[in-house]
Amino acid sequence: MSNEYILETRGLTKEFKGFVAVSDVNLKVRRGSIHALIGPNGAGKTTVFNLLTKFLQPTTGSIFYNGTDITEDRPAQVARRGIIRSFQISAVFPHLTVLENVRIGLQRKLGTSFHFWKSQKSLEQLNGRAMELLEAVDLASFAGTMTVELPYGRKRALEIATTLALDPELMLLDEPTQGMGHEDVGRVVGLIKKVAADRTVLMVEHNLNVVADLSHVITVLQHGSVLAEGPYEEVSKNPQVLEAYVGAAHD
Amino acid sequence: MSRTALGFILLIIAGVVAPWLNIYPTFLMKGWCFALFACAFNLLLGYTGLLSFGHAAFFGAASYITGHALKVWGLPPEIGLLAGTVFAGVLGYLFGSLAIRRAGIYFAMITLALAQMLYFVWLQMKFTGGEDGLQGVPRGMMFGVIDLTNNVNLYYVVFAIFLFGFFMIYRTIHSPFGQVLKSIRENEPRSISLGYDVAKYKLLAFVISATLSGLAGATKTVVFQLASLTDAHWHMSGEVVLMTLLGGMGTVFGPVVGAFVIVTLQNELADKVGSWVQVIMGFIFVICVLAFRRGIVGELMALFRNLYQRPVGLSARQADVKDTKA
Ligand SMILES: Nc1ncnc2c1ncn2[C@@H]1O[C@H](COP(=O)(O)OP(=O)(O)OP(=O)(O)O)[C@@H](O)[C@H]1O
Ligand SMILES: [Mg+2]
Repeated sequence: MSNEYILETRGLTKEFKGFVAVSDVNLKVRRGSIHALIGPNGAGKTTVFNLLTKFLQPTTGSIFYNGTDITEDRPAQVARRGIIRSFQISAVFPHLTVLENVRIGLQRKLGTSFHFWKSQKSLEQLNGRAMELLEAVDLASFAGTMTVELPYGRKRALEIATTLALDPELMLLDEPTQGMGHEDVGRVVGLIKKVAADRTVLMVEHNLNVVADLSHVITVLQHGSVLAEGPYEEVSKNPQVLEAYVGAAHD
Repeated sequence: MSRTALGFILLIIAGVVAPWLNIYPTFLMKGWCFALFACAFNLLLGYTGLLSFGHAAFFGAASYITGHALKVWGLPPEIGLLAGTVFAGVLGYLFGSLAIRRAGIYFAMITLALAQMLYFVWLQMKFTGGEDGLQGVPRGMMFGVIDLTNNVNLYYVVFAIFLFGFFMIYRTIHSPFGQVLKSIRENEPRSISLGYDVAKYKLLAFVISATLSGLAGATKTVVFQLASLTDAHWHMSGEVVLMTLLGGMGTVFGPVVGAFVIVTLQNELADKVGSWVQVIMGFIFVICVLAFRRGIVGELMALFRNLYQRPVGLSARQADVKDTKA
């Protein structure tokens, strides 16, 4: 298979009781790029993510990752192949400390995650790496804090650190800047740029400034189908896209 | 950490001196058996986020198997206890495999249904003695040297069994495996997305919980020399939920406290108010759920935290309201 694309979908379709949420999507994500998936509310972006990570089973169509058909994988298997997603709603472990959150991401590699007889002190060997990751997202000083006590923006940053703990080849970010204040958005954009240096990122994002700033390729989704695809300059001038966005604004 | 160590020491001292304080030993032994049962249950409810409503199945099954092994097969107590415990573990694997892929109320319903099925099996089978139960189960000599007919010996054996089970649970909670369990409790989709096959983790937690619930039931049979339908009835499943909630789910010591409070109430009230005791239990349940969710130990811990630690920033609290769990 071609090495150029890390992820490819063919005819990806998802129906919910007759309602087609994702319709015949052929997506190609270039290795090493930042690829944005945009579209009005309800366009099917999150559903595409759920299909790619196998949280949902496609009605028809198939998914290829590094040339391997992963359509029949279980979600945890997909993750172990190197595709790690974040969620549209902040996904942290609220009643674990910030450090422990990142360690959950790191500890699988140790191969002791079923060892119920072992002391959790055995996880302390991961603290160094965990602190590095927290450092990278400006959270080192919160390491011992209960995660539930973090402000929202910080939680999203922690989520990214936990995702990075798995050193994913492909990161799927579902609206990483949603609900954030201006400063936090800047921080997260900088972070995504940094981490995308040696991996591929597929992201859903509503903030078009962020999209323009970060992405190499943009796919526009509307009513579950691909409306347009290309670099920002091109897509942003596409009359259909403009209409879709304006139309949505009038809804 | 040091607070937990202190708790351990106090617990051991309490357990060792209690029989010398003029407290009825059978009451204490009953307390330790239920404390172990509640701790085992708490591993699921408090640390994995799974509400089983059929845990009496494991408590009761072990109780019957141990009773039969001691009474009919004449096995020594340590083997009898082991037989009941292992049986509960195997049963836990079977029930767990059937229930674990369902979440929330469906999980509770399936565990309840399976436990009820087993209850009727026990009712029909000859060896259980039906409504009468298995009475007069002999205690015998443990390891050939400890005479369990002596109440002091029996007490310390029961207490040692409790400590063993309690430590097993403590270790499980504070292990790499326990960390994953907590992550599942906190946010299951996120655990999956990090590559954990959550069903396997839940199943192992379920089996450990069932096994130790079995150990509690088996030990209870030796103490009371009786295995009966009461042990397998859904009331028993409800009682262990109550003990855990009352003491504080998701805390290490909470279920122990909850178990002793409930056993004490039952002992004190049974001859005074008769079956009103059920109403009182129900009332306590409601109070727990409405007024203090964290249970006795949980509320105390929160109180100490507020007294001795800096208050949590208001902004952080407010921000927290915005994001609900995925
Ligand atoms: N599990 C489900 N069952 C039924 N319908 C669903 C389900 N999940 C999503 N949908 C529907 O599919 C459509 C696409 O939803 P999706 O969440 O993918 O949109 P989105 O592009 O992520 O929107 P937003 O920008 O609001 O996050 C919506 O109409 C939604 O109601
Ligand atoms: Mg969405």
